[in-house]
Amino acid sequence: MNPRRDWRPAASLENLQLRAQILAGIRAFFSVRNVMEVETPLLSAAAATAPFLDSFVTRYEGPMAPQGQRLYLQTSPEFAMKRLLVGGSGPIYQICKAFRNGEAGAQHNPEFTMLEWYRPGFDHHALMDEVEALVDSVLGTGSIQRIQYRALFLNNVGLNPFEFSAEEARACLSRHGVDAPNMEGATLDDWLTLILTHIIEPSLASKAVFIHGFPASQAMLARLSDTEPPVAERFELYVNGIELANGFHELQDGIEQQRRFELELQQREQIGLPPMPMDDALVDALMHGLPDCAGVALGVDRLLMLAANENALARVLAFPVDRC
Amino acid sequence: MGTYSTNEFKSGLKIMIDNDPCAIVENEFVKPGKGQAFNRVKIRNLKTGRVVERTFKSGESVEAADVMDTDMQYLYNDGEFYHFMVPDTFEQYAASVEAVGDAAKWIKGEEMCVVTLWNDVPLAVTPPNFAILEVTDTDPGVRGDTSGGGGKPATLETGAVVRVPLFIDIGDVLKIDTRTGEYVSRARE
Repeated sequence: MNPRRDWRPAASLENLQLRAQILAGIRAFFSVRNVMEVETPLLSAAAATAPFLDSFVTRYEGPMAPQGQRLYLQTSPEFAMKRLLVGGSGPIYQICKAFRNGEAGAQHNPEFTMLEWYRPGFDHHALMDEVEALVDSVLGTGSIQRIQYRALFLNNVGLNPFEFSAEEARACLSRHGVDAPNMEGATLDDWLTLILTHIIEPSLASKAVFIHGFPASQAMLARLSDTEPPVAERFELYVNGIELANGFHELQDGIEQQRRFELELQQREQIGLPPMPMDDALVDALMHGLPDCAGVALGVDRLLMLAANENALARVLAFPVDRC
Repeated sequence: MGTYSTNEFKSGLKIMIDNDPCAIVENEFVKPGKGQAFNRVKIRNLKTGRVVERTFKSGESVEAADVMDTDMQYLYNDGEFYHFMVPDTFEQYAASVEAVGDAAKWIKGEEMCVVTLWNDVPLAVTPPNFAILEVTDTDPGVRGDTSGGGGKPATLETGAVVRVPLFIDIGDVLKIDTRTGEYVSRARE
């Protein structure tokens, strides 16, 4: 049944060379800015709790774990890097592999290369400036428009993402020719995701835009503004309709972080997903004191895909999941 | 009847949508880094041929359509139904005019076709890629003009009308590409 895997690289030699160039460019970019390159483990005893992140799990047996220990492949290096920041690292970046089960398609591969960096003393706007400079150096995007999440939805689909019902979301989708799927048990955020991926992302083709000021329910590890209503000090960069980077003005409050992890674990239980061991070490580190900072994760494979003008991630990966 | 999860989606997969058998034309996995995953698919209704878009939450299951492609020989048309036979078993099937559709333009008898069965009833008929048919009507041939430039309509023995080069005459036997409906060459019988 299993066809023999194709031995040949999926990416052209040109694209492999472009990857090497872009990686060298990223390292030079941070070197002149005195941001230190770091490495953290890909394996962790703790895992992401967010319901829509599915961690690969593996098992270590040997010295220090005679009974064996479950270890998870990271979905991002965020938790470990924040522990370094608490430890006094100063500004840091990392280029590493991240792993997400269940994700494969034209823009997804279950194993992918992530660039993540943290800037003590920056807020999300200062970090957007730096992301803009880095992305401009690769894609020539120049100055990038910034738009509030609320305005994006109001302008594109006439829906206020901070105040709507599931019926309004369904009607909005139908006005734009999208038949909503079976959304039984869906949260309002799931409806926003549906509208974002099906209507708004396609409308962002052939431009670059930062979206910021997310609903508080999508704050993740970002702090909330003290405006009314509060918005998450989080941003995302889209280039040609492709989600390229996600950044936060980082939450420093350890108690709030623990509360968010617990809420995510409850959400997992509600939709029948297995529980995940929350990262207590991160909570402890935050209790110790994270410097005021902003951080961002950027998909390097997608950056390369855009630079190479390819329309599928597999065209820039040496061996995508069907050949690995 | 079985089901397919969205993880099994790929082009060609036959699924039931609104009680009609459909084939997946295109499957796109969409998922923001911090949100619910969806499969956005283009599907062709196998009864009507219409292509529509549908979205599923990733992980959902969809009923499989009991659709099977079978090689059959075309026997004859009784005025109401087109009759086909499976050569190995001599089992016969009657296909409606709607099921045969455009394939009727290219078959006169004995051709091997692909008959798509849904719950054991013919749903669609795909003719051979090339048909060999005689010209029954066309303007007189222009002798010596083998340039292939220009062209004229010609009616074939099945009633199909195709564009042919000027040198073709009534009684000529032609090879036609049924996928495009275009003249390929003269065929010797």
